[in-house]
Amino acid sequence: MYVAVKGGERAIENAHRLLAHERRGDRDVPELALSQISEQLSLGVDRVMTEGSLYDRELAALAIKQARGDMIEAIFLVRAFRATLPRFGATEPVDTGAMRVRRRISSTFKDIPGGQILGPTFDYTHRLLDPQLADGFSPEVPETGEASTAATPRVTDILGRDGLIEPSPAADADAPVGDLTREPLSFPADRDLRLQNLARADEGFLLALGYSSQRGYGRNHPFAGEIRYGEVEVEFMAEDAGFAVPLGSIELTECQMVNQFKGSATEAPCFTRGYGLAFGQSERKTMSMALVDRSLRARELGEEVIAPGQDEEFVMSHSDNVQATGFVEHLKLPHYVDFQSELGLLRKLRKEFAEANDVPPMREAAE
Amino acid sequence: MNAPAYNFAYLDEQTKRMIRRAILKAIAIPGYQVPFASREMPMPYGWGTGGVQVTAAILGPEDVLKVIDQGSDDTTNAISIRKFFGKTAGVATTTSTADATVIQTRHRIPEAPLHADQVLVYQVPIPEPLRFLEPRETETRRMHALGEYGLMHVKLYEDIARFGHIATSYAYPVKVNARYVMDPSPTPKFDNPKMDNCPALQLFGAGREKRIYAIPPHTSVVSLDFEDHPFTRYRFDAPCALCGAGDSYLDEIVIDDKGGRMFVCSDTDYCESRQAAGHHGSESAAPHKERAHG
Repeated sequence: MYVAVKGGERAIENAHRLLAHERRGDRDVPELALSQISEQLSLGVDRVMTEGSLYDRELAALAIKQARGDMIEAIFLVRAFRATLPRFGATEPVDTGAMRVRRRISSTFKDIPGGQILGPTFDYTHRLLDPQLADGFSPEVPETGEASTAATPRVTDILGRDGLIEPSPAADADAPVGDLTREPLSFPADRDLRLQNLARADEGFLLALGYSSQRGYGRNHPFAGEIRYGEVEVEFMAEDAGFAVPLGSIELTECQMVNQFKGSATEAPCFTRGYGLAFGQSERKTMSMALVDRSLRARELGEEVIAPGQDEEFVMSHSDNVQATGFVEHLKLPHYVDFQSELGLLRKLRKEFAEANDVPPMREAAE
Repeated sequence: MNAPAYNFAYLDEQTKRMIRRAILKAIAIPGYQVPFASREMPMPYGWGTGGVQVTAAILGPEDVLKVIDQGSDDTTNAISIRKFFGKTAGVATTTSTADATVIQTRHRIPEAPLHADQVLVYQVPIPEPLRFLEPRETETRRMHALGEYGLMHVKLYEDIARFGHIATSYAYPVKVNARYVMDPSPTPKFDNPKMDNCPALQLFGAGREKRIYAIPPHTSVVSLDFEDHPFTRYRFDAPCALCGAGDSYLDEIVIDDKGGRMFVCSDTDYCESRQAAGHHGSESAAPHKERAHG
């Protein structure tokens, strides 16, 4: 006697209960505090804020904890919360030239006004596992010095003064700010929407695409003109007050790639730009983003579109890891109904094949 | 911490208004895919976010909601979505097709005929019927605009040339209101005729792909075919083992590892109603008991 399977509701509840238990792990081990995550796993928090498109360290830390360290799941949690937030407007463009710089390097000039500042970086560390860190290690207090009062102009602005690099397109102050979370994307997309898409894009996806451009799939000869990380002020134009009101400051990483450009019939040869921007300290992300931004400008610059990284529809339609993971993982959902249709079709085709070729049909069962 | 507070049926009213505008446009142009600013929902893309957004936008406090997946009210995702609206909107839910005012579905159209004043909301993974013939949205939108569907007919013709049949068994393309070729979502082609001249409003939501489309009540929906190769429905040729129905779409259940199979209605409400009315199949069981598994 067969009884149709029921009881999914209880199964779901029990699965969630088990998940909560597994998330907590061994209860003899102290529970993680959100401050531990935001202080000691800060680059993970930065990534969740960037790809989750929400600057809130505490919520990002909560998401990482809730997601058991699964970054895409954490990003998803943040995005789903963000989607419900009211939109008051857009801030004034942040001035990264006025950034309080914690790290700033250029690979195109040996010295630059304001200097090269290494800051906290993995670069030049030897990747040897450090047993000291395993339990209770108190690092030395960092060296301090007098903060320089020198301005730190952006390297691309220095190049721009000589006209060696294309001018950065000036924003039209009255033009509405594109937002692909509020307006459905259509192609071809303007650069503001492309950059928004890339800023939210999966770091690994952009890394691979940027890497592919370096390996010859749509090569664009990049130099890391400048990477800077630090704090910038965010201001909001208050219509009632009639002036921009400071909202606070956020940490950003900005990467400006400087790329070769052969010139065209109407344009003299000059350097071109690729741009990357992310919350917190996210260098791999911003560098990859800048490479892909430059690749996606192929159409605008009259370059032949031959590689995946230059293909706007391909890149923008597949860059979002929340969309991608949802659709890949939806294969876990039942597909009995369509599978049954396919079974029916396949059986029919096999029967006809057997009849046409005069072979006995394959038995389905082992017996 | 910024503690979240949520609106009736989860979405804020501004978002609902935006979705309703897209729905109205979709109804005005049957079968046309209307882009909309799909939101991130608290369930993953590909798990019904399009359908959930459409349902959230049309749901009122008086509505009675039914959610099915694979025809069944008891599959995990159907339960999850029904609970979501039970929690966020507090609406009445039902498993009865006849009693529901809004039915959200994945992969099936109920067996019981739908009536006016009902809305059937489909969850759609890939709304573009031409997608697997042409991956570019810019191209497919142009093809729809020009009514240029030759590529689809060539595909169906090639199937016939190769297999002797049209080798599409689900998500079988249809033409709506003699204008737009439309993807009915991955329902088995068995269900296609139910869409034609249906008295209920049919809405389709694709969250990840950000598209909404619609079939208004009493609209012609024709499955693509050729004069000499007319469209045919497929259903496994057996009565339901539980209720004996000879006209319903069947799930194939593997009952042992020796090739044993049985076939039962995929529409659980239809099957249970028939059993309650005294119909029996070869394997009829006692009234269904809650059995936890998985």
